[in-house]
Amino acid sequence: MLNSSPGNTVIKSKLISRRMFLLTVGKAIVVVGVLGRLISLQINESKKYKTLSDKNRFREWKLAPERGIIRDYFNVDIASNRQVYQIHLIPENTQSIEEVFFRLKTILNLSDKKIFFLKKKIAKQKPWEPVIISDNLNWSEFSRINLFLHELQGIEPIVSIARKYEDNSSVHALGYVSQASAKDLKNKKYLKEMSVPGMAVGKTGLERRLDEKIIGEVGFQRYEVNAFGKRIKQIKVDPGKAGQNFKTTLDLEVQKYVTEILGDTAASVCVMDIYNGDIVSMVSSPSYDPNAFVHGVEKNYWQNLIKNEKKPLTNKALSGLYPPGSTIKTIVALSALENKIITPSNRVECNGKIEMFGEKFHCWKKKGHGVMNMRSGIKRSCDVYFYEVARRLGVDRLSITAKKFGLGKKVLNDFIEERSGVVPNTSWKKKYLGQNWYLGETLHSGIGQGYFLSTPIQLCLMTAQIANGGFEIKPRIIFDKEKNSLKEYLKFKNENPNEPLPAELLVSNFDLKPLFNNQENIKIIQDAMFSSSNEPGGTSYGSRLEDSKFTFAGKTGSSQIKKFTEEQREAEVKQESLDYKSRDHALFVAFAPYKDPKYAISVVVEHGGSGSKAAAPIAKKVIKKVLERHSLRQSVNNLQGDSI
Amino acid sequence: MFQPRSIQSSLSFRDKIFSIDYILVFSILILGITSMFAMYSTDGGEFKYHTESHIVRFSIFFIMFFILSFIQIRFWHSTSYLIYTIFFILLICVKYFGLTSSGSQRWLNLYFMNLQPSELMKIGLILFLAKYYHRISIENINKLKFLFLPIVVLVAPVLLVIMQPDLGTALLIAAGGLIVAWLAGVRAKFFTYATLLFITLLPVAISFLKPYQKARILTFLNPEKDPLGAGYQIIQSKIAIGSGGLFGKGFLNGSQSYLDYLPEKHTDFIFTLFSEEFGFFGSIFILVLYGIIILRIIKAGNVTRSNFGKLYCYSFASAFFVYVVVNMGMVLGLLPIVGSPLPIMSYGGSSMMAIMLGLGIVMSCRVYKDSPVN
Repeated sequence: MLNSSPGNTVIKSKLISRRMFLLTVGKAIVVVGVLGRLISLQINESKKYKTLSDKNRFREWKLAPERGIIRDYFNVDIASNRQVYQIHLIPENTQSIEEVFFRLKTILNLSDKKIFFLKKKIAKQKPWEPVIISDNLNWSEFSRINLFLHELQGIEPIVSIARKYEDNSSVHALGYVSQASAKDLKNKKYLKEMSVPGMAVGKTGLERRLDEKIIGEVGFQRYEVNAFGKRIKQIKVDPGKAGQNFKTTLDLEVQKYVTEILGDTAASVCVMDIYNGDIVSMVSSPSYDPNAFVHGVEKNYWQNLIKNEKKPLTNKALSGLYPPGSTIKTIVALSALENKIITPSNRVECNGKIEMFGEKFHCWKKKGHGVMNMRSGIKRSCDVYFYEVARRLGVDRLSITAKKFGLGKKVLNDFIEERSGVVPNTSWKKKYLGQNWYLGETLHSGIGQGYFLSTPIQLCLMTAQIANGGFEIKPRIIFDKEKNSLKEYLKFKNENPNEPLPAELLVSNFDLKPLFNNQENIKIIQDAMFSSSNEPGGTSYGSRLEDSKFTFAGKTGSSQIKKFTEEQREAEVKQESLDYKSRDHALFVAFAPYKDPKYAISVVVEHGGSGSKAAAPIAKKVIKKVLERHSLRQSVNNLQGDSI
Repeated sequence: MFQPRSIQSSLSFRDKIFSIDYILVFSILILGITSMFAMYSTDGGEFKYHTESHIVRFSIFFIMFFILSFIQIRFWHSTSYLIYTIFFILLICVKYFGLTSSGSQRWLNLYFMNLQPSELMKIGLILFLAKYYHRISIENINKLKFLFLPIVVLVAPVLLVIMQPDLGTALLIAAGGLIVAWLAGVRAKFFTYATLLFITLLPVAISFLKPYQKARILTFLNPEKDPLGAGYQIIQSKIAIGSGGLFGKGFLNGSQSYLDYLPEKHTDFIFTLFSEEFGFFGSIFILVLYGIIILRIIKAGNVTRSNFGKLYCYSFASAFFVYVVVNMGMVLGLLPIVGSPLPIMSYGGSSMMAIMLGLGIVMSCRVYKDSPVN
């Protein structure tokens, strides 16, 4: 077996060398393969891998920006921000989530339901993304957490900022913010890049309308993190950009005052500057606490809000639809004058009812008003007079004038909750109901019933445009120093304190178009409204303000919910005796002061009974308050008109 | 062609010193020093446990390598079977007394170090077969009778190591043995038979694999399928190497490694770390060093006269090549992650010891190139 012969050894040696050569060739091929791979990874695809490496290395945590502040006309904060104490949990920093929750439960009173919800949330997101355990702790809870912090792995106490609303008075105008929902994130483009845990977005009102600008720009903290997600060092911090601040035309004092007067009644009040359309006040009641929504609304509170028959969540000023009732009579009269259907002195006799087109049309006064002309028709709100006027005018001509003065279309446009109402005419009915117009319906329209539907803000605008002499204005709720024509107006007023504003100045400075053919007609209406509020027998005489500084001219209205039966009419059933839901809505529109009009107001009290009893007294108080603050408002405009 | 025996047997110390292959020695030294820097980087730029321990080990085993170089090649030849037997006994000891760590029983606690006999077996098997094929006559090599013993000495340790379980080392041991057989002249057809047998037995073998081993093989086939699970290592390693680019991120700046994205960075993935910090040029530097070392080992085989020496040197050179290539192929995503250290660079005493032992015998073949083995 053993072999040591030299010849054999040499043969073997040659065999080994030959085999080694073959092996070496094989190795060379393998080396080329390895080299090729190195070239491909480190040279050809290096860029791709550098990106991947950075993706590994850096992790960004987004920072919610500070929401812009909303102020009133006097630069008083209505919606601002406050510090809140929160605790966040970063799931990957904790050994056992169960244990952390167990500890938290004893420290914070976390409910099992909330823990279940949080766990579900944790399972859904990345382990390094913080979960907000509690977003609004009081100081004692927060300090207790800090005391036990060493036992709570993964828990981070955070001092953050959240929306704060000063009071409830402007809740409907402002709306509220709440955590962005999945739907928000999907539908709102500007939120795409902004998904920060716990970020609030505007849900209704101005908060929603201004959301894109007021929300600010998201910041971020970029950290270098290791493979276990632990932050090694901070690389970059961008605090983001606070949202834009906004100044509104609202007067918070008036807002509060109106809210106080309205209390728990289902009602709304709008006050508008008749020259520049600034909305001084827009209150809907009952109100609710917008702060309750910031950190997620409690179920009970929410249930109470949606079950409440007075509908506190609805902004009645913008989305409440009411038949305008007798407040439309100003427009009916104006339209008749403009179309030269009647003259102010044309007489109609009221016997309490008329029969026409085979139907009985009743006046609200059973005994009748006797002989009426235009002034007394408006003053005493005689229905029979307006049946006659409407009959002669026709609904189509009426609808043209009503639309001119702002009915039937959105006033503020940008509020998604605003509704446009209905100004009926023959083609409208054909289009939407597929039926022909009945002449009897013209008579109902003449007293603001039937198909007519309007919002309180529309009624306010209508009144404002009558009050300013018949010029179109564009109502606004965000202060705009560029188009603020009040300065010119005030300048003229200072120079000619007792003169009314001349039409030329109005037109040139306001860039407005007149809504009338003959301004005299507007004056006739204004005068008639004056008589209604300030002369005995006028429907709102009882709520008059005698001081000429405050004297207003107005028009009451009651919009019927249910038509009275003959028996009820005979029995002279009083509104107060009906059940709440069946009572008429009470309306009142006015402008003041009569001598030198500045503001228009509309008051709607749902199921208030009659305009003169329920709505006019509220208007009286509000008008006084607004006029008392008028000079203050002027001075602020002069001093701070440029600050926004 | 033959020199007088008298000259060979009386090498003076001076002769021995001069006949040492200094190119090989310096290449090993440079690679060792490079590995210290790499280890220093894995410790996050501080002198910590791994760095210190690696330096100590390298120093000790480098000296050992030097001492081994002066041992007569005759000694290695005569003790080959004994060395193999000792290593085999150690492997059996592992089975009964071995330490278990992360699910596999590989180490013997020798108090001053934890020895991994499977690493030593890489050298032991080569030595054994080099002697075996040196001794049998060329006519007998391909006789079935003479294939029996090589198969037994190869399969027995490989099975022991697979059972630890340590698939990577087992495959590398087997590769070493097969290389010797191939170089000795075993016909290609036998390798073909072996391959066919292996393929038929593969499904059976796979059923014996631990779940994590199966996962690794599946993951290799499609690493992106499970990026956070078993494919994580391959992906992160590729990212690290690729992001190193041409010049690397700089010493101590390898973000993938110091942020712990890189798994096993001290051991199997040390090349990844180096590549990330020193880029393509760094990778080439390491490749060139290994190239020089392997070529110098082959050179030693060329100059040594005995077939034992030639067989051993060529086999060790080839096995060494396989170790390097398997490790690099693994970290570059060309091969499945089987767990094999990069010679000299990787942290690990037994691997270092085995490689230095192997290199020492190579050097001895070179120094005593002309002396007969029996």
